[in-house]
Amino acid sequence: MINIKSLSHVYEQGRRIKFPDWEIADMEQWLLLGASGCGKSTLLNIISGLLKPTHGEILINNTNIYDLTARNMDRFRGRHIGIIFQRPHLIRSLNVLDNLELAAVMAGLPIDQERNLLLLKELGIIGLAKRYPDELSQGQLQRVSVARALVNKPDLLIADEPTSSLDDENAAQVIKMLTSQAKDNGAALIIATHDQRVRDHIAKTYLL
Amino acid sequence: MNIFTISSKNLVRNKLTTILNIILVAFGVGILSILFLASNQIGNKLEKNAKDIDLVVGAKGSPLQLILSSIYHIDYPTGNIPAKDAYQLAHNPMVKRAVPLALGDNYNGYRIVGTDTTFSHLYGLSIQRGGFWQKDLEVTIGSTVASESKLKIGDSFFGAHGLTGNGDIHKQHAYLVKGILKPQGNITDNLILTNIGSVYKMHEEKHEESHHSPAAEAKEINDKQITALLIQYKSPMSVILFPRMVNQSTNMQAASPAMESARLFSLIGVGIDTLQWFAVFIMAIAALSIFISLYNAMKERKYDLAVMRCLGASKSKLFFLVMFEGILVTLIGACLGLLIGHIALEVIGAYQESSQAKLTGLTAVPQEVYLIWIGLFIGAVASLIPAMQIYKVDIAATLTKDR
Repeated sequence: MINIKSLSHVYEQGRRIKFPDWEIADMEQWLLLGASGCGKSTLLNIISGLLKPTHGEILINNTNIYDLTARNMDRFRGRHIGIIFQRPHLIRSLNVLDNLELAAVMAGLPIDQERNLLLLKELGIIGLAKRYPDELSQGQLQRVSVARALVNKPDLLIADEPTSSLDDENAAQVIKMLTSQAKDNGAALIIATHDQRVRDHIAKTYLL
Repeated sequence: MNIFTISSKNLVRNKLTTILNIILVAFGVGILSILFLASNQIGNKLEKNAKDIDLVVGAKGSPLQLILSSIYHIDYPTGNIPAKDAYQLAHNPMVKRAVPLALGDNYNGYRIVGTDTTFSHLYGLSIQRGGFWQKDLEVTIGSTVASESKLKIGDSFFGAHGLTGNGDIHKQHAYLVKGILKPQGNITDNLILTNIGSVYKMHEEKHEESHHSPAAEAKEINDKQITALLIQYKSPMSVILFPRMVNQSTNMQAASPAMESARLFSLIGVGIDTLQWFAVFIMAIAALSIFISLYNAMKERKYDLAVMRCLGASKSKLFFLVMFEGILVTLIGACLGLLIGHIALEVIGAYQESSQAKLTGLTAVPQEVYLIWIGLFIGAVASLIPAMQIYKVDIAATLTKDR
């Protein structure tokens, strides 16, 4: 479903990174490994359609995403890609359930409250539905952001260092959640990390 | 859940800033609406009360004072004029109608006006209950006088000397209420009308009152004095000739209500202008405050907006999200300001001492719609630059960096 061909990016400072070609099939789960500063986040941003690469192309479901107009690109990302950041980045003025609804609204999709509640239930945070982000712990916030990434039934789930700010227990839970939710929702999964704790859970690796 | 709920929830989250901005806008709009309403109402009142009066003739002195005392019943009269001279003028061929006024007494602050039937023709008065005065010491009272002083037909009361206060009461004669006027919406609602003879009677020495016949009385009046004469011309041509004639060939002065009201308004106008600039200044501060708070908030909200972009929102959608926040604040502020303005004016009206020019907050003027538009415009201007930041935010860099 994802094809990366002869991709390279030149930073503003002039540093150049070349990315090996990469092919990801439907529902495959990959680990994106590499030391920090070697371009993991850059590659994820390129795949998410947030950063236009200097050279090469990236096809998602046979669409060259950088051929889309800015507006269509935003829409495509909203509907097909779920992103989980290192920090949860929830909207602080909205409660947990509203944060999930926001994902649908921003992508221009109808709100499916039943699904949202189901997601919260599966992630074990149904009791927090009406709480505000300021009242939650890091682990809980990260779960909410996983739920938010899944709201629009994406084809691809991207997680950038999802465990770096979590303790062992929470890290294990989040990884388990990501892999099982990706499987249950029929989405491919890419986890970028340099965290050793994640390595055991996923077989396929792409090294930078 | 849509852009509007997101905006309003964000505003609720930043309560204090939001309230400060709303209050600033509300004060600016409130002051402007008070000014609009008050100047509109005062202008209306001035116009309505002087509607059919082309000229006022009275004793020499300040023309403005003459107008104020004899048309608006606010100031003290300039003095008296010989009734004989006044009636001579009244019979001038250029004069269509001349209404004599004899002022000098009040009852609980309501002025007692001695006049004749021409007065009721001039103002188009009609009776609600009872009838017009027929004899000396009979009065017909305005509707406001009736409702506020609780005087009824058949009641009698003593007038007091002077135009305000109950200091020097004319104990020797009591007035008798014969009728109550329909509400006219002008100054006559606040007046007590009687004939000129009653006013003379009040101010005579006690021994005179017993022995004069009606014929003698009429002659007596001719030898006496009145306060002013309200004049209506036969044709507009007289505007130039008549006042000059009065001012040059008699010992009286003629004042034109139109000219004097215009002069009065230009005097008040300085104050209104100052207040207006003050209000504009407050509005400008409101705009600046909204700008600063939105601009500062952008530093924090950069993450929120980047997340929303990631979730699929377009730049223009977020641009409107930020714009909408600014506009929502000023819109609420503007509506609140109008409300404050109306309530304030109603309160001012309730505490006003002079019943002649009472202000009310229960009416609206069309200019107030502009105030809402101005509010929206200020919101849009203030949030434009912060909203433009949306186009500059580098989502990838923002979200990858730690907070």
